[in-house]
Amino acid sequence: MLEVEIDGKKLTVPGGSTVMDAANSVGAYIPHFCYHKKLSIAANCRMCLVQVEKAPKPLPACATPVTDGMKVWTHSDSAVKAQAGVMEFLLINHPLDCPICDQGGECQLQDLAVGYGKSASRYEEEKRSVVNKNLGPLISTDMTRCIHCTRCVRFTEEVAGYQELGMPGRGEHSEIMSFIGKTVNSEISGNVIDLCPVGALTSKPFRFSARTWELSRRKSVSPHDGLGSNLTVQVKDHQVKRVLPLDNESINECWLSDRDRFSYEALNSPERVTKPMIKQGGVWQQVEWTVALEYVANGLKSIVADHGVDSIAAVATPQSTLEELFLLKKLANGLGVQNTESRLRQHDASFATAGVQWLGQSIVELAESDAVVVVGSTLRKEHPLIAQRLRQAVKHGMKVAAVNPHGDDMLLRLAGEVVTRPDQLVEGLLAVLKATVEIKGATCPAHIDTSHTEITDVARGVANILAAGERASIILGNLAVQDARAAEIHAVAAALAALTGATFGVLTAGANTAGAELIGFNAAGDVFATPKKAYVLLGAEPDFDTANPVKALAAVEQAEMVVVLSSFQSCAYDYADVILPVSPFSETSGTYINMEGRPQSFNGVVRPLGDTRPAWKVFRVLGNLLGLHGFDYGTSEEVRDEALAAGVEARLNNNAVAHVHVKARAAGNGLVRLAEVPLYQSDVLSRRAPSLHATVDAQVAETLRANAATLAALGVAAGDKVKVEQGGTAELVVALDARLLDQVVRISAGHPLTRDLDSAAALQVAKA
Amino acid sequence: MATFAKGVVFEGVDFDDPNSWRLEEYVKRGGYAGLRRIADEKLTQDQIIAEMKLSALRGRGGAGFPTGLKWSFMPRSFPGQKYLVCNTDEGEPGTFKDLDIIWNNPHALIEGMIIGGFTMGATVGYNYIHGEVFEAYERFEEAIEEARAAGFLGANILGCGFDFQLHAHHGYGAYICGEETALLESLEGKKGQPRFKPPFPASFGLYGKPTTINNTETYASVPYIVRNGGQKFLELGKPNNGGTKLFSISGHVNRPGNYEVPLGMPFAELLELAGGMRNGKKLKAVIPGGSSAPVLPADIMMNCTMDFDSIAKAGSMLGSGAVIVMDEDTCMVRALERLSYFYFEESCGQCTPCREGTGWLYRVIHRIEHGHGRPEDLDLLLSVGANIAGRTICALGDAAVMPVQGMLKHFRSEFEYHIENKRCLVDH
Repeated sequence: MLEVEIDGKKLTVPGGSTVMDAANSVGAYIPHFCYHKKLSIAANCRMCLVQVEKAPKPLPACATPVTDGMKVWTHSDSAVKAQAGVMEFLLINHPLDCPICDQGGECQLQDLAVGYGKSASRYEEEKRSVVNKNLGPLISTDMTRCIHCTRCVRFTEEVAGYQELGMPGRGEHSEIMSFIGKTVNSEISGNVIDLCPVGALTSKPFRFSARTWELSRRKSVSPHDGLGSNLTVQVKDHQVKRVLPLDNESINECWLSDRDRFSYEALNSPERVTKPMIKQGGVWQQVEWTVALEYVANGLKSIVADHGVDSIAAVATPQSTLEELFLLKKLANGLGVQNTESRLRQHDASFATAGVQWLGQSIVELAESDAVVVVGSTLRKEHPLIAQRLRQAVKHGMKVAAVNPHGDDMLLRLAGEVVTRPDQLVEGLLAVLKATVEIKGATCPAHIDTSHTEITDVARGVANILAAGERASIILGNLAVQDARAAEIHAVAAALAALTGATFGVLTAGANTAGAELIGFNAAGDVFATPKKAYVLLGAEPDFDTANPVKALAAVEQAEMVVVLSSFQSCAYDYADVILPVSPFSETSGTYINMEGRPQSFNGVVRPLGDTRPAWKVFRVLGNLLGLHGFDYGTSEEVRDEALAAGVEARLNNNAVAHVHVKARAAGNGLVRLAEVPLYQSDVLSRRAPSLHATVDAQVAETLRANAATLAALGVAAGDKVKVEQGGTAELVVALDARLLDQVVRISAGHPLTRDLDSAAALQVAKA
Repeated sequence: MATFAKGVVFEGVDFDDPNSWRLEEYVKRGGYAGLRRIADEKLTQDQIIAEMKLSALRGRGGAGFPTGLKWSFMPRSFPGQKYLVCNTDEGEPGTFKDLDIIWNNPHALIEGMIIGGFTMGATVGYNYIHGEVFEAYERFEEAIEEARAAGFLGANILGCGFDFQLHAHHGYGAYICGEETALLESLEGKKGQPRFKPPFPASFGLYGKPTTINNTETYASVPYIVRNGGQKFLELGKPNNGGTKLFSISGHVNRPGNYEVPLGMPFAELLELAGGMRNGKKLKAVIPGGSSAPVLPADIMMNCTMDFDSIAKAGSMLGSGAVIVMDEDTCMVRALERLSYFYFEESCGQCTPCREGTGWLYRVIHRIEHGHGRPEDLDLLLSVGANIAGRTICALGDAAVMPVQGMLKHFRSEFEYHIENKRCLVDH
């Protein structure tokens, strides 16, 4: 520990602290621009110059290490003079166009100029102007305002993992720019908007739609992946205008993925449904809520009476709140219906765990592991901020390995990697298991047969990493959980974890995947396999949210009654009988349980649009209409408390219900499809955010990708159009993905272009 | 270019012989004897550092830091890779001495680096050569090959169990890459921008490893010291200013060029060596140490001796030894405009005061030169300069300010005349 005196206050700080750290710890504010707690020290803005005893010159607080007995003055005459001098320099070439700048009112330069700037400038020469850059659909640029702090550059390099921005040019000609002709394509790119201390980088979708001081700030939780990023939702006139991160070191830190940040566009989409509707004689009619709900109550009652309780299924997505799921299940159960399900993308009906699938540890603990093996995940796309966490941890010594049906660059230094065919993920894991058994000199669990497995060098590499880890983790991603052989993948991965003492975890796919499991919502398995007479669909879109959209659509189309509770228009007009407009996460209170088993409750941030109602209230009324007991809740908190009454922790359990016997299967020898749900098709909101769909990620999702050998064998080249036949057909443009294995074609699932494809059917690809 | 050939760096070099630079010729004139002495007499690292300290050799790149002391900072017991780097990225206006060394006597540098590598336990060295001297770079590569073939580079050099490899690297002409940490960044393949210090290169240098960086002339002086002892080198010059020094004389003299003379030589004598003033004109001012050194008027300069201490006492710097001589017809406003333009163009743009301030300085001086000056401009220049100096990551900010301060200190009236009359005081 070092003793230091900051502005006369004595304190002790750990060795290695900077003056900035020390000042922060006593709440002494030192003005700064380039310094950011999560980025490397650049010391280039010079705004944080402070006076240090015995130093002949003012020193930058951000980069000056504290020495024992150091005395620092952050606001002495000499410090303030230096700071004011820097401020003058920063302003001479700054356009001072605050009145037309989107950053106005939330600009660090503007704020500090009040404290350190003068009312008039001594600079009377010509000012610099800088040409704007096209950084893509999310980030707007006004580069003349740039003060060259390089936070954005350091972010792309250090946090996002790939330096998409740089500062070419020298001196006054230095400019922040992307690679020539390229945009910024990171899945977490929007953070540079927050980092930019001036109005050089602002939000393109938000641009000029409101002033910061007009906005109310409300806390919420991201409704997308299993991370549960904390949000500050900014609203004006009962409309969500912008979403920013709410710092939470144990979850999202100060970051958001672009999906978290920009999906709000969907909330204000013209596709919102705002009136209850009933289809009568093939014609949709807007009706009052009472009429619609009575119709639903009577309909459900008569289906039960006519066809029995098994003829109805209640289906929800993992983006539904805990309260909604709890009441929907209670409602169904009250009618005697047991078919409730939210695992709509699961292909393997036999995959089930004894308790709620979870990360097996906290997110922070995962990042503190010394070895992590990621199994079946496009981690950067499925869980962008988990990938970011691991990227930082790798710099501090964590070893990350992957067993994946693709070779996507995680933008971190992978210590080991096994790439398999999509139908051979199990075999890839078996090779790692066999190598681990050998390394450990252990015996393989009886239910797993590795006698037909050969150990490859890459498998041994992954095994070594796992075996050497003192705090190792094995985590299953969405691709693993949604794999047709998920139960086997789970069994081998669990055996690996048991053998090496690693923590075994699941990266839960949706915002409330864990919540649905917790309240036992997932009771039916594949609800579309044997079509039902009636479906209640909560937010679920059979054509996008399901493992097999062809079958799911067929099931709802043949049903006698389909009740859709949704915020958006969709092809439900074709198959539904009733559409009830329910609130998205922004218009209702609710709770999500994230991958670490943490319930996070939130309130509505704006009032429901039009006649939209929170779904939990809809179920409350329906329960009463149906004469069921226990629907007299006053608030959603009462629902939550009942849902969580048994606690969460005790129910978290990744163990299989029963041992699954695993044995290597020979690889198929035909084309095989890697069907991943793309980043911006993951849920109803991201599907309807126009800016996200203008990104490179969204464009890539529209292509069929394969390696060069596979493309050659198919007789096609990148840019060609191909016709895909798999049950139905799709026409796609071809792109190269060099890291796929031979005969693997990567075709998005849950995507409008591929909705006619049946992932279980035989696959053929031919030039169109 | 004329060169005084009886010094240290150019000892015995025959400038008329196109092969004088070759290893064979270098060995004939006593080259690699210093290295052989280390092998034969089993000199220790500590002994060499002691000789270096005794020699009072001061860094020839501009700062004049004692080389022996710098070498002693290197953590020799550090178990990992250590590096040795030579800075041949001379870009300071007025300076052209290092080019002459790698062109005329490259093996002196190579031998000096090998000795440096041995002394500091560095097994790999790099010579970063200015991007605009490509022919000299190619010759240096050839010299390295000669040294390698002769067994002076590689494994187990002269059987003393010491390995050293040397690589040449040429930059692309950015002045800032002559700043040692920017040079390291550039050598690593990054944009050449200075690093914030601390940490210093001795603890965190090339690729984050302990690194010593010296100027070309500094290394080229080392063989002489090891061969003849530090005392002999010291005696060539004067106390605290050991040895000879190359002066690059440019400007209004009859014979501009490099002159290797003992430190402490009176300026008048050096001027005489360079053939005196051109066209019999009167000496007006001298920039004694490269463009960043404050200018000194003739009367002060004629009383100076050419060594670090004398020039510092007179209010300027010996710097890299680039002596820019200006005669009575020189317009100081125009001269400063040109100097300021250089620093404005060469600022790397990384930190605020230099990026913004150098342009401001240049524009104001440009305005004065072109008849749009205002009386308050001179104080503005000093004030802007004060806000740059000492506030930047590297010394380029200071380097941009010192010419302004020097000019306004000694020739303020000329600037005032310019502002008032919108024309030069001198005819030119």
